[in-house]
Amino acid sequence: MEESREEKIKRLQELARQIRLDGLSMALAAGTGGSHIGGSFSCVEIMAVLYGEILRLNPREPFWEERDRFLPSKNHCVLAHFPALAAAGFLPREELTEFQKNGGRMTGYPRNPEIGLEYSGGSLGMAISVGIGMALAAKESGRSSRVYVLLGDGELHEGSNWEGIMSAAHYHLDNLTLIIDRNHLSYDGDTEEVMALGDLAEKFRVFGYRTISCDGHDVGALWNAFSVQPEQGKPTAVIADTVKGKGVSFLENRRESHHIAITQEQYEQAVAEVTAW
Amino acid sequence: MVVKKSTIRAWSRLGQRGSVFAIAMPEIAKENPKVKLLTADLALLSGMDRYIAACPDQFLNVGIAEQNMVGIAAGLAMEGYTVFATTYASFIAVRSLEHVRQHLAHMRCNVKLIGSSAGVVAAKSGVSHWATEDLAFMRALPGMTVLSAADSLAAIKMVQYAASTDTPVYIRLSGGLNCPIVYEEDFEFEAGKIIRLRQGEDVAVLSTGLMAAESLEAAKLLEEKGIQAAVYDVHTVKPLDQEMLRRIFEGYRLIVTVEEHNIVGGMGSAVAEYKATFGRAPRQVFLGFPDAFGRAGNQRYIWEQVGLTAPQIAERIARELDSRDE
Repeated sequence: MEESREEKIKRLQELARQIRLDGLSMALAAGTGGSHIGGSFSCVEIMAVLYGEILRLNPREPFWEERDRFLPSKNHCVLAHFPALAAAGFLPREELTEFQKNGGRMTGYPRNPEIGLEYSGGSLGMAISVGIGMALAAKESGRSSRVYVLLGDGELHEGSNWEGIMSAAHYHLDNLTLIIDRNHLSYDGDTEEVMALGDLAEKFRVFGYRTISCDGHDVGALWNAFSVQPEQGKPTAVIADTVKGKGVSFLENRRESHHIAITQEQYEQAVAEVTAW
Repeated sequence: MVVKKSTIRAWSRLGQRGSVFAIAMPEIAKENPKVKLLTADLALLSGMDRYIAACPDQFLNVGIAEQNMVGIAAGLAMEGYTVFATTYASFIAVRSLEHVRQHLAHMRCNVKLIGSSAGVVAAKSGVSHWATEDLAFMRALPGMTVLSAADSLAAIKMVQYAASTDTPVYIRLSGGLNCPIVYEEDFEFEAGKIIRLRQGEDVAVLSTGLMAAESLEAAKLLEEKGIQAAVYDVHTVKPLDQEMLRRIFEGYRLIVTVEEHNIVGGMGSAVAEYKATFGRAPRQVFLGFPDAFGRAGNQRYIWEQVGLTAPQIAERIARELDSRDE
């Protein structure tokens, strides 16, 4: 029987919960060194919808040519990305807490398509261009693959993004979707105080994008945004309005949550909150 | 590709950049449909008309956006293309350096960077358009092959070589139109193998790029004074030809490295790093830009300020040999 919309939403919400719980285990395993919880938890629902519903991937055939490409430009989001990859079958869940192991295959944002890591991001503002190359290649070969690039809002301070944003529209890459995790916080604070981004939806619109703004923690809204038929000749920008550290009261909307260590006690509180949510 | 003396002369007139983009690249692209050529608004200057007419689908102009160009090149390479990306050496090696580091060196993308107008041929455009540190930047990146062309024929050989590999390569093109001929006949180009251009037992001159022709001229001047200088073309700055260098270190008491590049981090530095691993090795004189930019003017004026013209090279070598004998 086909899954109803309600069932789908319920499933994606549960996946988001699982991603947060796994992310918390990873954060605890990181110990006093800390990890990037804030920007990971702002994009948990985005990851859940992408990996749970949207991306066409096959973990048994990671190099399948027709697969969609997902590039985490804001690669700090591993506490959401790796659990999503585990849920999609690319990684054993038990391995998640080894994400900072010396010399590990997940450590330091490596590129490793075998486990679903298409791109070694981390230095901000560089992945859109790579996504454009991939989207051009897909078009030329007649593949239906789509390319998704996840960006932080603070990341958009980097000028190189705008070179890419301009050219994707110029090349009419309607197989490219940029997702902006609009959590309003960069490391040093409110993006509008650090360096104002202004009306991002309007910016993307005038750059020639089909632009969709939505609640970035509403899996139904995200699913709608990602599954709308692309507008011919236009790349898509999804501005997902989010909250940094979402789901854990002592992390939400705090710039300190960008990179932070959690104690056993905080972990237990966070797990209780996420479980009850 | 048939190489005759007349073609060598014609390519010399086109210069290194013209030869690469009007002669070599159309052939390479026709042979392999998975080849792409990207430029950052430098198609006209680079003489790409013939290429664009012959292979329009294998060409992409990204506008004046070098970082974006290198990123797009990497994305295409990840999807199986062999990508050549080009603009002025100063912009491709400096403006887009982090993209080169992350996408080409770290992620091992099959992209060939062609930096044109390296050195100071962009003379009066000023320091912004000179590339006198590109070898240093590129050489410091793990896994990069770094080539530096002595003349138009060598430049053609280098892009042909680059097309046959699946690793990142930086090709340094220098000079403008009417590039002096170093290789008067067809020759076997092997990446990583130093070529001896001239024999001589008194001093070994290790040159790269346009300094090969200048060093050969200097050697002629030295010969008039009874000094026999061997001249080598170190066309591959990375990986170094250690075997040949070892023989040179054993055979000479003085070596002189000559490059149109800062003496910090360039070919001379690469040679010195290797030489330092030997207990006994010859003294080295570094000719190049002395860690300073200098004033703008025409190319020869700039060379004169730093002692890179043939008479200055010859004079310096004679002086160094004298001081050694004292």
